[in-house]
Amino acid sequence: MAADSAILVGLVEEFVSGQQDSKAADTATGSCQTLHLTSSQPQTRARGVQLLSSVLQTCHGDLTEGEVVVLLAFYENRLKDHYVITPHVLQGLKALTKCSVLPPGSAVSILKSLFQDVHVQSLMLAERSCVYNILIQLMESKESELKGLGADFVFGFVQSVDGERDPRNLLLAFQIARKIIRGGYDLGKFTEELFEVTSCYFPIDFSPPPNDPHGITQEELILALRAVLTGTPCFAEFLLPLIIEKLDSDIQSAKLDSLQTLSACASVYEHKELAEFLPGLWASLRREVFQTASEKVESAGLAALTALTACLSRSVLSSDSEDSLNVFLDLVLKDCKHHLCEPDLKLVWPSAKLLQACSSASYRASHKVTAAVMPSLIEQYNSRTQHIFRPFSGTLAASQDSFDWSVFVHMVFQLSDTVTVGQMIPFLVHVLGATSLLTVLRQSDVKLAVDHLTRIVLEEEDVTVSTAVVESAGTLARLHPAAFISNMVPQLKGTDGAAASQEHSQQALHQRCVTALAAVSSHPSVVQETTPVLIQVLTSAHTGSFSLEEVIAVCLSLQRIAGQAEDTEENGQVFHDIIIPRLLGLALQAALNGENILITMVPVISTTCSRLQSQLAGRTALRSVSLFLDGDVSFLPENAFPSQIQLLKQINQSQMVCLLMGCVCSLPRGVEIPQVDRLLLELEELSCTCDHPLSYTSAAKCYAGLVNKWHVGESSGAVAKALLIRYHPLSTTLTDKLFSLLSDPELGSLAADGFSLLMSDSTDILNRGCHADVRIMYRQRFFTENSSKLVQGFNTAPQERKSCYLKALSHILTNLPRQVQITELPALLPLLLEALSCPDQGVQQSTLSCLQPVLLDPPSALITQLEALVGRMLSLITSPSMKVRIASLRCIHALARFPEHEIMPFRARVLRALATPLDDRKRMVRSEAVLARNEWFLLGSPGGR
Amino acid sequence: MAGGTRLENANPLIFQRSGERLHTANDEDEDVLDPIDDREIFDILHVQSINDPEHPLSLEELNVVEQMRVRVNDQQNTVGVEFTPTIPHCSMATLIGLSIKVKLLRSLPERFKIDVRITPGTHASEDAVNKQLADKERVAAALENSQLLEVVNQCLTSNARTV
Repeated sequence: MAADSAILVGLVEEFVSGQQDSKAADTATGSCQTLHLTSSQPQTRARGVQLLSSVLQTCHGDLTEGEVVVLLAFYENRLKDHYVITPHVLQGLKALTKCSVLPPGSAVSILKSLFQDVHVQSLMLAERSCVYNILIQLMESKESELKGLGADFVFGFVQSVDGERDPRNLLLAFQIARKIIRGGYDLGKFTEELFEVTSCYFPIDFSPPPNDPHGITQEELILALRAVLTGTPCFAEFLLPLIIEKLDSDIQSAKLDSLQTLSACASVYEHKELAEFLPGLWASLRREVFQTASEKVESAGLAALTALTACLSRSVLSSDSEDSLNVFLDLVLKDCKHHLCEPDLKLVWPSAKLLQACSSASYRASHKVTAAVMPSLIEQYNSRTQHIFRPFSGTLAASQDSFDWSVFVHMVFQLSDTVTVGQMIPFLVHVLGATSLLTVLRQSDVKLAVDHLTRIVLEEEDVTVSTAVVESAGTLARLHPAAFISNMVPQLKGTDGAAASQEHSQQALHQRCVTALAAVSSHPSVVQETTPVLIQVLTSAHTGSFSLEEVIAVCLSLQRIAGQAEDTEENGQVFHDIIIPRLLGLALQAALNGENILITMVPVISTTCSRLQSQLAGRTALRSVSLFLDGDVSFLPENAFPSQIQLLKQINQSQMVCLLMGCVCSLPRGVEIPQVDRLLLELEELSCTCDHPLSYTSAAKCYAGLVNKWHVGESSGAVAKALLIRYHPLSTTLTDKLFSLLSDPELGSLAADGFSLLMSDSTDILNRGCHADVRIMYRQRFFTENSSKLVQGFNTAPQERKSCYLKALSHILTNLPRQVQITELPALLPLLLEALSCPDQGVQQSTLSCLQPVLLDPPSALITQLEALVGRMLSLITSPSMKVRIASLRCIHALARFPEHEIMPFRARVLRALATPLDDRKRMVRSEAVLARNEWFLLGSPGGR
Repeated sequence: MAGGTRLENANPLIFQRSGERLHTANDEDEDVLDPIDDREIFDILHVQSINDPEHPLSLEELNVVEQMRVRVNDQQNTVGVEFTPTIPHCSMATLIGLSIKVKLLRSLPERFKIDVRITPGTHASEDAVNKQLADKERVAAALENSQLLEVVNQCLTSNARTV
């Protein structure tokens, strides 16, 4: 048969190409009609029709309208003929529908006879495909005619498709159905039939056979069917119940398909189609998310929920219709909200996700959800802190596109008016600070927020609240400086001027303003606005009406600004032009007003200087050195100083040297200090001759700071430190000097304290913040180099001088990192045991705190010394110093972890001794005693350790 | 002791632990005398928590001992603690009471008279348990019994805090 048709096709081609004139088709028709078309044998007639159809397929473009009319009449008639002929008739019709000259009305008549005379589903696969192709072809070329057919066309299609099973044909059928729906064909009373005939395939379950040559995938089928089902709102009443039903299915793919279909149809439906089914849909969606088995299903469910909410938000309401968005969200909130508050937190995440999905759909939805959920979330946040915050910030983050920030900001602050301000604000800070949402705030929203924040700063008395507000203002100011300059700074400035009253509340208000100003100053533009205000406050403070605390507060604020401001040229300029000269000027004027103010100014100057860029730093160095050495006051504001001042010489002004220290010691390394030699000389003189403590220590520190950065020099402990932290070769000779001083009867104790200075971190100068040259591990290095000297010195020293060595040792050890302590201690153990019986409480305490971590993992050397250790520690628990008592009790507690057989002999003795501190006058001692004694009780007791 | 695998109260309510006592400046001041107060006793029972014999939970989390049921009189040297078994017929009540008593004996100065009893109206055999706990001889005898001591010690073994 196949061979036959192949031969036939060949013959036809030959025939047609042989008849190149315009009569070809006509001749063919004529000759074919003579060829067996009237034979009484159906097979023969079939062959005739087959031949004719093949010819038409090749030359349908050349036919004239008249010929087409004749052929159509023939073919339509042949449809009534024997079934073996039908396939060939269909082929011929298909060829004819492709004719460009199809006469009007012919499409309708073809379809009528097709629907009337052919039972499509009893045809073979290829013929069915042929029918669908005829339909597609006619729908493309003769759309208006088909529409004239009315619902009959739909009915005919429904009939011919009903029962189709081949995926290839289904794709065609879905294509037709989609065209019917989208093309605006009159569905008439056959809507449900059309739905039935397509929806019976939903959800599609198709796995292509192996080696499928057609390459049809399940995905293709699903998409084609979905396009049909979701194509029109008319299907809603049938589709939605179907989806709800299929969601109950246990098959993952069915659920997934249903959810995706739901999402798709929500984009074409309106609220009136959905309204009736909302409860059912919500119930199914909720179940899918709450009891989710797979992530895919869950996310599809959430997407569907978002689509539904979006659909409901979009719809236009008539005056008497219910707002179905509200109705729906009420449903959602009713089911989700209480989960957020339940103690077990099991369903918090799913609930949050559902709410998130809803609120990400539209402004209105997010407004409603946030308004409903926020208060209880805040309550939760306060009682349970973090758990709730994460889902919530997720909610916000997800909805940032559609989130109405002005609503949010208003709501937050309105709540803060009514509910509990104190609890509200940390929450706000979290929301604002922890999410990166700040950038999406609109200008108007920022302004709103700033206004609210300002109001709270001005009005809120509670310290924790205002601190939190100030912090959040700082965060916000970093991103939106302009809003703060225009709104907050002027308001705060206004109150500053007026706040001269001594009344307590006024003072507090004033403090808050100052802190708030400091907090928002990080962007250069803000810094430029705020620093003059603060300096102004300082100036007026100088004229008398402010208390010392306020001056200190302002200084702290300035220091904070200097510390947090961005590293930019503009900020450096502000520091250089305004802060430094005005502070120095004020200090000079106020030099007689006491050390406290000066001391608070030092960190401000120091921090400011350390932040200067190198050019400005150089200028500052020049100015300050010439101020201190030559009394050059020209750069100071309000030029009202005596021209001949000698800051380093006059007794009552010499304490100003601490400002010089703050300044020059903090400048970046590499900035050249003018007249260094002379400066050093004068500093040395001041530190050696002056008898005012602040003056001489500052001078020495300043000297040390300079030496650390530039020079080789020599002097006391501070200088030694400067060198030591640089690993300077000279440092060893200096430390040797200190060691030898230890045995000096008068200076021994002071020298030992010098080691504390050497080893501890200094806060004012010589730290990394001030650009000092600090080498890593200088402490460890010092320790390894010098510990043997210490031990040796201790052993050779006369009995009454040994304590100085112990003190020095304890100072060194205290500042040493724990890891180093633990490895080095065994060697020093004899010394440490000795130190425990040293009368100095400081030595006792530092020794005990060194020993305690070692006791947790005792080296064998310690175990052999147990008798001495226990005895000394037990004697220390009655020490007059509380800290020593606590430290010794901790050590005794740690001893309980020693191997049982080693410490069992001491159990009774320790328990007896520990009864005394149980009744100690200090609670902290008692609680340590309780811990230690209970641990010792468990020792060697059944069920104990 | 748990009597087979079945727990008497398999699903107890769990309460949030109260925060640690806040340190005040007075606590650091050598010259100020800190009296022994209710909260301190409460902390003794909880900071190094006593475990429930049935659950890996502390008595505080099960709300067995509440701070309001602890009474101390530092001058008159008395401590009174009332505890509330999780269920009215809890067979562990005596053991819990004994553990509390032992913990206090070990943790308080000898001058105190320690009275541990069940919160009135919260246990079926309240009087019997109270009588047992108040009887010095019986408590001493109980602690001679190494098996009983083992269980008590297990309740008192701190798993929470190591210094």
